[in-house]
Amino acid sequence: MSSEWPLWEVFIRGQHGLNHRHVGSLHAPDAEMAILNARDVYTRRNEGVSIWVVRSSDIVASAPSDKGPLFDPANAKVYRHPTFFDVPDEVGHM
Amino acid sequence: MYAQMVKTEAKRVRSLDEMEPQERAFQERIDAGQKIEPKEWMPEDYRKTLIRQISQHAHSEIVGQLPEGNWITRAPTLERKAILLAKVQDEAGHGLYLYCAAETLGISRDQMYEQLHSGKAKYSSIFNYPTLSWADIGAIGWLVDGAAIMNQVPLQRCSYGPYARAMVRICKEESFHQRQGFDIMTVLCKGTPEQKAMAQDALDRWWWPSLMMFGPSDDASVHSAQSMAWNIKQDSNDELRQKFVDQTVPQAKFLGLTVPDPALAWNEAKGGHDFGEPDWTEFFAVIAGEGPCNRERLEARRKAWGDGAWFRDGLTAHASKQAARRQAAKLAAE
Repeated sequence: MSSEWPLWEVFIRGQHGLNHRHVGSLHAPDAEMAILNARDVYTRRNEGVSIWVVRSSDIVASAPSDKGPLFDPANAKVYRHPTFFDVPDEVGHM
Repeated sequence: MYAQMVKTEAKRVRSLDEMEPQERAFQERIDAGQKIEPKEWMPEDYRKTLIRQISQHAHSEIVGQLPEGNWITRAPTLERKAILLAKVQDEAGHGLYLYCAAETLGISRDQMYEQLHSGKAKYSSIFNYPTLSWADIGAIGWLVDGAAIMNQVPLQRCSYGPYARAMVRICKEESFHQRQGFDIMTVLCKGTPEQKAMAQDALDRWWWPSLMMFGPSDDASVHSAQSMAWNIKQDSNDELRQKFVDQTVPQAKFLGLTVPDPALAWNEAKGGHDFGEPDWTEFFAVIAGEGPCNRERLEARRKAWGDGAWFRDGLTAHASKQAARRQAAKLAAE
Protein backbone atom coordinates (compact mmCIF):
# COMPACT_ATOMS: atom_id res chain seq x y z
CA MET A 1 0.00 0.00 0.00
CA SER A 2 1.35 3.44 -0.91
CA SER A 3 1.65 6.02 1.82
CA GLU A 4 -1.26 8.06 3.11
CA TRP A 5 -1.52 11.77 2.30
CA PRO A 6 -0.57 13.88 5.34
CA LEU A 7 -3.23 15.28 7.66
CA TRP A 8 -3.98 19.03 7.71
CA GLU A 9 -5.94 21.04 10.25
CA VAL A 10 -8.34 23.52 8.67
CA PHE A 11 -9.17 27.00 10.01
CA ILE A 12 -11.88 29.15 8.44
CA ARG A 13 -12.69 32.83 8.81
CA GLY A 14 -16.47 32.80 8.72
CA GLN A 15 -17.03 36.52 8.08
CA HIS A 16 -14.95 39.63 7.73
CA GLY A 17 -13.84 40.84 11.14
CA LEU A 18 -13.88 37.42 12.85
CA ASN A 19 -10.96 35.18 13.80
CA HIS A 20 -10.12 32.04 11.89
CA ARG A 21 -11.67 29.11 13.71
CA HIS A 22 -10.73 25.44 13.69
CA VAL A 23 -13.36 23.45 11.76
CA GLY A 24 -11.78 20.03 11.28
CA SER A 25 -9.08 18.27 9.34
CA LEU A 26 -8.47 16.54 6.03
CA HIS A 27 -5.84 14.68 4.02
CA ALA A 28 -4.04 16.29 1.07
CA PRO A 29 -0.69 15.79 -0.67
CA ASP A 30 0.39 19.45 -0.25
CA ALA A 31 -0.75 22.81 1.10
CA GLU A 32 -2.24 23.96 -2.19
CA MET A 33 -4.41 20.86 -2.50
CA ALA A 34 -5.30 21.10 1.19
CA ILE A 35 -6.79 24.57 0.58
CA LEU A 36 -8.74 23.34 -2.44
CA ASN A 37 -10.02 20.30 -0.56
CA ALA A 38 -10.91 22.47 2.44
CA ARG A 39 -12.97 24.68 0.12
CA ASP A 40 -14.95 21.61 -1.02
CA VAL A 41 -15.25 19.92 2.37
CA TYR A 42 -15.85 22.85 4.71
CA THR A 43 -17.30 25.76 2.70
CA ARG A 44 -19.97 24.29 0.42
CA ARG A 45 -22.51 26.79 1.77
CA ASN A 46 -20.60 30.08 1.94
CA GLU A 47 -19.23 29.30 5.40
CA GLY A 48 -16.01 31.21 4.85
CA VAL A 49 -14.12 34.13 3.37
CA SER A 50 -10.61 32.83 4.13
CA ILE A 51 -8.95 29.46 4.79
CA TRP A 52 -5.79 28.52 6.71
CA VAL A 53 -4.33 25.03 6.61
CA VAL A 54 -1.58 23.72 8.91
CA ARG A 55 0.08 20.33 8.90
CA SER A 56 -1.34 18.52 11.96
CA SER A 57 2.15 17.31 12.82
CA ASP A 58 3.29 20.97 13.12
CA ILE A 59 0.76 21.84 15.82
CA VAL A 60 2.10 22.05 19.36
CA ALA A 61 -0.57 21.61 22.04
CA SER A 62 -0.66 21.80 25.81
CA ALA A 63 -1.07 18.43 27.49
CA PRO A 64 -4.47 17.76 29.11
CA SER A 65 -2.67 16.71 32.30
CA ASP A 66 -1.15 20.21 32.54
CA LYS A 67 -4.59 21.76 32.85
CA GLY A 68 -4.14 22.39 36.58
CA PRO A 69 -0.64 23.93 36.66
CA LEU A 70 -1.29 25.94 33.46
CA PHE A 71 -4.61 27.50 34.30
CA ASP A 72 -4.90 27.46 38.09
CA PRO A 73 -2.75 30.61 38.60
CA ALA A 74 -5.44 32.68 36.80
CA ASN A 75 -8.15 31.40 39.14
CA ALA A 76 -6.53 33.07 42.14
CA LYS A 77 -6.58 36.53 40.59
CA VAL A 78 -10.22 37.50 40.67
CA TYR A 79 -9.26 41.21 40.86
CA ARG A 80 -8.51 40.97 37.14
CA HIS A 81 -12.26 41.02 36.52
CA PRO A 82 -13.99 44.41 36.72
CA THR A 83 -16.81 42.94 38.79
CA PHE A 84 -14.30 42.54 41.66
CA PHE A 85 -14.65 46.28 42.39
CA ASP A 86 -17.72 47.94 43.81
CA VAL A 87 -18.63 51.19 42.14
CA PRO A 88 -20.92 53.33 44.33
CA ASP A 89 -24.38 53.80 42.84
CA GLU A 90 -24.10 57.59 42.81
CA VAL A 91 -21.05 57.34 40.52
CA GLY A 92 -23.20 55.75 37.84
CA HIS A 93 -21.88 53.81 34.87
CA MET A 94 -18.14 53.21 34.75
CA MET B 1 -29.10 3.47 11.94
CA TYR B 2 -25.99 4.57 10.07
CA ALA B 3 -24.17 2.72 12.85
CA GLN B 4 -26.08 -0.46 13.69
CA MET B 5 -25.54 -2.86 16.59
CA VAL B 6 -22.23 -1.38 17.69
CA LYS B 7 -20.60 -3.75 20.14
CA THR B 8 -18.75 -2.82 23.32
CA GLU B 9 -16.58 -5.16 25.37
CA ALA B 10 -18.88 -4.76 28.36
CA LYS B 11 -20.35 -7.78 30.13
CA ARG B 12 -22.47 -5.44 32.21
CA VAL B 13 -22.50 -1.74 33.06
CA ARG B 14 -20.49 -1.16 36.25
CA SER B 15 -21.43 1.36 38.91
CA LEU B 16 -19.15 4.24 39.94
CA ASP B 17 -18.19 2.38 43.14
CA GLU B 18 -16.73 -0.51 41.16
CA MET B 19 -14.44 1.71 39.06
CA GLU B 20 -10.80 2.62 39.57
CA PRO B 21 -10.34 6.34 40.44
CA GLN B 22 -9.25 7.34 36.92
CA GLU B 23 -12.25 5.69 35.28
CA ARG B 24 -14.60 7.02 37.93
CA ALA B 25 -13.39 10.57 37.28
CA PHE B 26 -13.96 9.97 33.56
CA GLN B 27 -17.49 8.65 34.11
CA GLU B 28 -18.33 11.54 36.44
CA ARG B 29 -17.29 14.03 33.78
CA ILE B 30 -19.60 12.31 31.28
CA ASP B 31 -22.43 12.25 33.83
CA ALA B 32 -21.89 16.00 34.29
CA GLY B 33 -22.35 16.51 30.56
CA GLN B 34 -18.71 17.37 29.87
CA LYS B 35 -17.03 16.64 26.54
CA ILE B 36 -14.12 14.24 26.23
CA GLU B 37 -11.37 15.50 23.90
CA PRO B 38 -8.86 13.48 21.84
CA LYS B 39 -5.70 13.60 23.95
CA GLU B 40 -7.47 13.04 27.28
CA TRP B 41 -7.46 9.77 29.17
CA MET B 42 -10.34 7.44 28.26
CA PRO B 43 -11.09 3.78 28.95
CA GLU B 44 -9.77 1.56 26.15
CA ASP B 45 -13.25 0.16 25.52
CA TYR B 46 -14.71 3.67 25.11
CA ARG B 47 -12.04 4.38 22.49
CA LYS B 48 -12.58 1.10 20.65
CA THR B 49 -16.36 1.37 20.69
CA LEU B 50 -16.24 4.93 19.37
CA ILE B 51 -13.86 3.92 16.58
CA ARG B 52 -16.31 1.18 15.61
CA GLN B 53 -19.31 3.48 15.76
CA ILE B 54 -17.82 6.53 14.04
CA SER B 55 -16.07 4.55 11.29
CA GLN B 56 -19.25 2.57 10.61
CA HIS B 57 -21.12 5.85 10.42
CA ALA B 58 -18.49 7.25 8.01
CA HIS B 59 -18.54 4.13 5.82
CA SER B 60 -22.33 4.46 5.59
CA GLU B 61 -22.05 8.02 4.29
CA ILE B 62 -19.48 6.96 1.71
CA VAL B 63 -21.26 3.79 0.51
CA GLY B 64 -24.54 5.75 0.64
CA GLN B 65 -23.35 7.75 -2.35
CA LEU B 66 -23.52 4.69 -4.58
CA PRO B 67 -27.30 4.02 -4.76
CA GLU B 68 -27.93 7.73 -5.41
CA GLY B 69 -25.02 8.16 -7.79
CA ASN B 70 -26.83 5.61 -9.96
CA TRP B 71 -29.41 8.32 -10.83
CA ILE B 72 -27.21 11.39 -11.40
CA THR B 73 -27.02 10.80 -15.15
CA ARG B 74 -30.70 9.81 -15.28
CA ALA B 75 -32.26 12.67 -13.28
CA PRO B 76 -35.41 13.94 -15.05
CA THR B 77 -34.35 17.61 -15.26
CA LEU B 78 -31.14 19.61 -15.14
CA GLU B 79 -32.25 21.17 -11.84
CA ARG B 80 -32.89 17.76 -10.25
CA LYS B 81 -29.50 16.63 -11.49
CA ALA B 82 -27.75 19.63 -9.93
CA ILE B 83 -29.61 19.08 -6.63
CA LEU B 84 -28.77 15.37 -6.55
CA LEU B 85 -25.12 16.10 -7.34
CA ALA B 86 -25.00 18.57 -4.42
CA LYS B 87 -26.62 16.02 -2.12
CA VAL B 88 -24.20 13.24 -3.08
CA GLN B 89 -21.30 15.67 -2.61
CA ASP B 90 -22.63 16.40 0.89
CA GLU B 91 -22.59 12.66 1.66
CA ALA B 92 -18.90 12.56 0.70
CA GLY B 93 -18.35 15.55 2.99
CA HIS B 94 -20.18 13.85 5.86
CA GLY B 95 -18.01 10.79 5.43
CA LEU B 96 -14.90 12.99 5.59
CA TYR B 97 -16.00 14.86 8.74
CA LEU B 98 -16.58 11.50 10.43
CA TYR B 99 -13.34 9.86 9.27
CA CYS B 100 -11.48 12.88 10.73
CA ALA B 101 -13.30 12.46 14.04
CA ALA B 102 -12.39 8.75 14.14
CA GLU B 103 -8.75 9.52 13.31
CA THR B 104 -8.44 11.58 16.51
CA LEU B 105 -8.91 8.26 18.37
CA GLY B 106 -5.73 6.78 16.92
CA ILE B 107 -6.84 4.84 13.83
CA SER B 108 -5.54 5.91 10.41
CA ARG B 109 -7.68 6.66 7.36
CA ASP B 110 -6.02 3.85 5.40
CA GLN B 111 -6.77 1.37 8.20
CA MET B 112 -10.43 2.33 8.08
CA TYR B 113 -10.59 2.01 4.29
CA GLU B 114 -8.90 -1.35 4.57
CA GLN B 115 -11.51 -2.51 7.10
CA LEU B 116 -14.32 -1.37 4.80
CA HIS B 117 -12.87 -2.92 1.65
CA SER B 118 -12.04 -6.23 3.31
CA GLY B 119 -15.60 -6.49 4.65
CA LYS B 120 -14.40 -6.38 8.26
CA ALA B 121 -16.15 -3.08 9.00
CA LYS B 122 -19.88 -2.74 8.49
CA TYR B 123 -21.97 0.03 6.99
CA SER B 124 -25.72 0.57 7.25
CA SER B 125 -27.91 -2.25 5.92
CA ILE B 126 -30.06 0.26 4.00
CA PHE B 127 -27.46 0.89 1.29
CA ASN B 128 -27.56 -2.70 0.13
CA TYR B 129 -30.93 -2.19 -1.56
CA PRO B 130 -31.14 -1.19 -5.25
CA THR B 131 -32.47 2.13 -6.61
CA LEU B 132 -34.76 0.91 -9.40
CA SER B 133 -36.65 4.08 -10.34
CA TRP B 134 -36.36 7.86 -9.98
CA ALA B 135 -38.94 7.69 -7.19
CA ASP B 136 -36.41 5.73 -5.13
CA ILE B 137 -34.28 8.89 -4.96
CA GLY B 138 -37.29 10.67 -3.47
CA ALA B 139 -37.95 7.82 -1.04
CA ILE B 140 -34.32 7.72 0.10
CA GLY B 141 -34.21 11.44 0.88
CA TRP B 142 -37.58 11.37 2.61
CA LEU B 143 -37.29 8.09 4.53
CA VAL B 144 -33.61 7.18 4.82
CA ASP B 145 -32.33 10.68 5.53
CA GLY B 146 -35.38 11.24 7.72
CA ALA B 147 -34.46 8.17 9.77
CA ALA B 148 -30.82 9.25 9.93
CA ILE B 149 -31.81 12.66 11.32
CA MET B 150 -33.69 10.92 14.16
CA ASN B 151 -30.50 9.67 15.77
CA GLN B 152 -28.05 12.25 14.47
CA VAL B 153 -29.81 15.12 16.22
CA PRO B 154 -29.27 13.68 19.74
CA LEU B 155 -25.70 12.65 18.77
CA GLN B 156 -24.84 16.37 18.54
CA ARG B 157 -24.80 16.23 22.35
CA CYS B 158 -22.72 13.04 22.64
CA SER B 159 -19.75 12.90 25.00
CA TYR B 160 -16.92 12.78 22.44
CA GLY B 161 -16.10 16.33 21.28
CA PRO B 162 -14.95 15.68 17.69
CA TYR B 163 -17.92 13.35 17.01
CA ALA B 164 -20.42 15.82 18.48
CA ARG B 165 -18.97 18.68 16.42
CA ALA B 166 -19.04 16.61 13.21
CA MET B 167 -22.70 15.85 13.95
CA VAL B 168 -23.52 19.56 14.26
CA ARG B 169 -22.20 20.18 10.74
CA ILE B 170 -23.96 17.10 9.38
CA CYS B 171 -27.34 17.94 10.91
CA LYS B 172 -27.24 21.43 9.39
CA GLU B 173 -26.96 19.86 5.94
CA GLU B 174 -29.18 16.82 6.42
CA SER B 175 -32.43 18.77 6.44
CA PHE B 176 -31.85 19.76 2.80
CA HIS B 177 -31.52 16.07 1.95
CA GLN B 178 -34.82 15.10 3.51
CA ARG B 179 -36.71 18.01 1.99
CA GLN B 180 -35.40 17.43 -1.53
CA GLY B 181 -36.56 13.82 -1.23
CA PHE B 182 -40.01 14.79 0.00
CA ASP B 183 -40.21 17.35 -2.82
CA ILE B 184 -39.51 14.63 -5.40
CA MET B 185 -42.27 12.51 -3.83
CA THR B 186 -44.72 15.47 -3.78
CA VAL B 187 -44.20 16.21 -7.47
CA LEU B 188 -44.62 12.54 -8.42
CA CYS B 189 -47.77 12.21 -6.31
CA LYS B 190 -49.32 15.26 -7.98
CA GLY B 191 -48.35 13.93 -11.42
CA THR B 192 -49.87 11.29 -13.73
CA PRO B 193 -51.31 8.05 -12.31
CA GLU B 194 -48.16 6.28 -13.53
CA GLN B 195 -45.95 8.71 -11.61
CA LYS B 196 -48.01 8.30 -8.47
CA ALA B 197 -47.80 4.51 -8.83
CA MET B 198 -44.02 4.89 -9.09
CA ALA B 199 -43.97 6.82 -5.80
CA GLN B 200 -46.15 4.15 -4.12
CA ASP B 201 -43.87 1.40 -5.42
CA ALA B 202 -40.83 3.18 -3.97
CA LEU B 203 -42.55 3.56 -0.58
CA ASP B 204 -43.53 -0.14 -0.66
CA ARG B 205 -39.91 -1.19 -1.19
CA TRP B 206 -38.19 1.32 1.15
CA TRP B 207 -40.57 1.34 4.12
CA TRP B 208 -39.42 -1.85 5.84
CA PRO B 209 -35.69 -1.43 5.15
CA SER B 210 -36.02 2.10 6.61
CA LEU B 211 -37.55 0.72 9.83
CA MET B 212 -34.74 -1.84 9.98
CA MET B 213 -32.17 0.96 9.95
CA PHE B 214 -32.81 1.48 13.66
CA GLY B 215 -31.75 -2.10 14.37
CA PRO B 216 -33.57 -4.78 16.38
CA SER B 217 -34.95 -4.00 19.81
CA ASP B 218 -32.01 -3.33 22.14
CA ASP B 219 -33.81 -2.85 25.44
CA ALA B 220 -32.00 -5.88 26.88
CA SER B 221 -28.64 -5.21 25.22
CA VAL B 222 -25.66 -4.63 27.51
CA HIS B 223 -23.85 -2.91 24.61
CA SER B 224 -26.61 -0.31 24.29
CA ALA B 225 -26.70 0.20 28.05
CA GLN B 226 -22.93 0.76 28.11
CA SER B 227 -23.08 3.14 25.13
CA MET B 228 -25.85 5.07 26.85
CA ALA B 229 -23.81 5.28 30.07
CA TRP B 230 -21.00 6.76 27.99
CA ASN B 231 -23.46 9.13 26.26
CA ILE B 232 -22.55 7.97 22.78
CA LYS B 233 -26.10 6.67 22.29
CA GLN B 234 -29.11 8.49 23.69
CA ASP B 235 -32.29 6.66 22.69
CA SER B 236 -33.17 3.00 22.38
CA ASN B 237 -33.74 1.59 18.90
CA ASP B 238 -37.45 1.09 19.59
CA GLU B 239 -37.90 4.67 20.82
CA LEU B 240 -36.33 6.07 17.65
CA ARG B 241 -38.33 3.71 15.41
CA GLN B 242 -41.57 4.80 17.12
CA LYS B 243 -40.66 8.45 16.66
CA PHE B 244 -39.87 7.86 13.00
CA VAL B 245 -43.19 6.08 12.33
CA ASP B 246 -45.19 8.77 14.14
CA GLN B 247 -43.47 11.49 12.15
CA THR B 248 -43.66 9.78 8.76
CA VAL B 249 -47.20 8.36 8.67
CA PRO B 250 -48.92 11.80 8.44
CA GLN B 251 -46.46 12.79 5.68
CA ALA B 252 -47.41 9.67 3.69
CA LYS B 253 -51.05 10.61 4.19
CA PHE B 254 -50.35 14.10 2.83
CA LEU B 255 -48.81 12.50 -0.25
CA GLY B 256 -51.85 10.23 -0.63
CA LEU B 257 -49.66 7.14 -0.34
CA THR B 258 -50.36 3.96 1.62
CA VAL B 259 -47.82 2.71 4.14
CA PRO B 260 -47.36 -1.02 3.35
CA ASP B 261 -48.16 -2.28 6.85
CA PRO B 262 -51.59 -3.83 7.55
CA ALA B 263 -50.90 -3.64 11.30
CA LEU B 264 -50.44 0.14 11.23
CA ALA B 265 -53.03 1.89 13.42
CA TRP B 266 -53.24 4.93 15.66
CA ASN B 267 -53.20 4.01 19.33
CA GLU B 268 -54.91 6.77 21.28
CA ALA B 269 -53.85 5.34 24.65
CA LYS B 270 -50.11 5.49 23.94
CA GLY B 271 -50.37 8.59 21.77
CA GLY B 272 -48.51 6.88 18.94
CA HIS B 273 -48.91 4.35 16.16
CA ASP B 274 -48.95 0.60 16.54
CA PHE B 275 -47.09 -1.02 13.69
CA GLY B 276 -45.83 -4.37 12.45
CA GLU B 277 -42.48 -6.04 13.07
CA PRO B 278 -39.87 -5.78 10.30
CA ASP B 279 -38.51 -9.04 8.90
CA TRP B 280 -35.42 -9.45 11.09
CA THR B 281 -34.30 -12.56 9.19
CA GLU B 282 -33.88 -10.33 6.16
CA PHE B 283 -32.06 -7.71 8.26
CA PHE B 284 -29.52 -10.20 9.61
CA ALA B 285 -28.97 -11.63 6.12
CA VAL B 286 -28.24 -8.12 4.76
CA ILE B 287 -25.89 -7.40 7.66
CA ALA B 288 -24.10 -10.69 6.97
CA GLY B 289 -23.46 -9.66 3.37
CA GLU B 290 -26.43 -11.38 1.70
CA GLY B 291 -28.48 -8.30 0.76
CA PRO B 292 -29.42 -7.60 -2.87
CA CYS B 293 -26.46 -5.25 -3.49
CA ASN B 294 -23.78 -6.00 -0.86
CA ARG B 295 -21.29 -7.43 -3.36
CA GLU B 296 -21.90 -4.72 -5.93
CA ARG B 297 -21.41 -1.95 -3.38
CA LEU B 298 -18.12 -3.31 -2.04
CA GLU B 299 -16.84 -4.01 -5.55
CA ALA B 300 -17.62 -0.42 -6.58
CA ARG B 301 -15.74 0.88 -3.52
CA ARG B 302 -12.72 -1.35 -4.08
CA LYS B 303 -12.61 -0.43 -7.76
CA ALA B 304 -12.78 3.31 -7.03
CA TRP B 305 -9.98 2.98 -4.45
CA GLY B 306 -7.84 0.80 -6.71
CA ASP B 307 -8.39 2.91 -9.85
CA GLY B 308 -7.46 6.07 -7.93
CA ALA B 309 -4.15 4.71 -6.63
CA TRP B 310 -2.02 6.08 -9.52
CA PHE B 311 -3.59 9.50 -9.02
CA ARG B 312 -2.95 9.60 -5.25
CA ASP B 313 0.63 8.43 -5.81
CA GLY B 314 1.10 11.00 -8.60
CA LEU B 315 0.06 13.88 -6.36
CA THR B 316 2.32 12.62 -3.57
CA ALA B 317 5.27 12.44 -6.02
CA HIS B 318 4.51 15.96 -7.28
CA ALA B 319 4.33 17.29 -3.73
CA SER B 320 7.69 15.80 -2.74
CA LYS B 321 9.32 17.07 -5.96
CA GLN B 322 8.02 20.59 -5.27
CA ALA B 323 9.19 20.41 -1.66
CA ALA B 324 12.68 19.28 -2.77
CA ARG B 325 12.85 22.16 -5.30
CA ARG B 326 11.88 24.71 -2.68
CA GLN B 327 14.50 23.32 -0.34
CA ALA B 328 17.19 23.50 -3.07
CA ALA B 329 16.22 27.08 -3.98
CA LYS B 330 16.41 28.07 -0.31
CA LEU B 331 19.88 26.53 0.07
CA ALA B 332 21.09 28.24 -3.13
CA ALA B 333 19.87 31.61 -1.84
CA GLU B 334 21.75 31.28 1.45
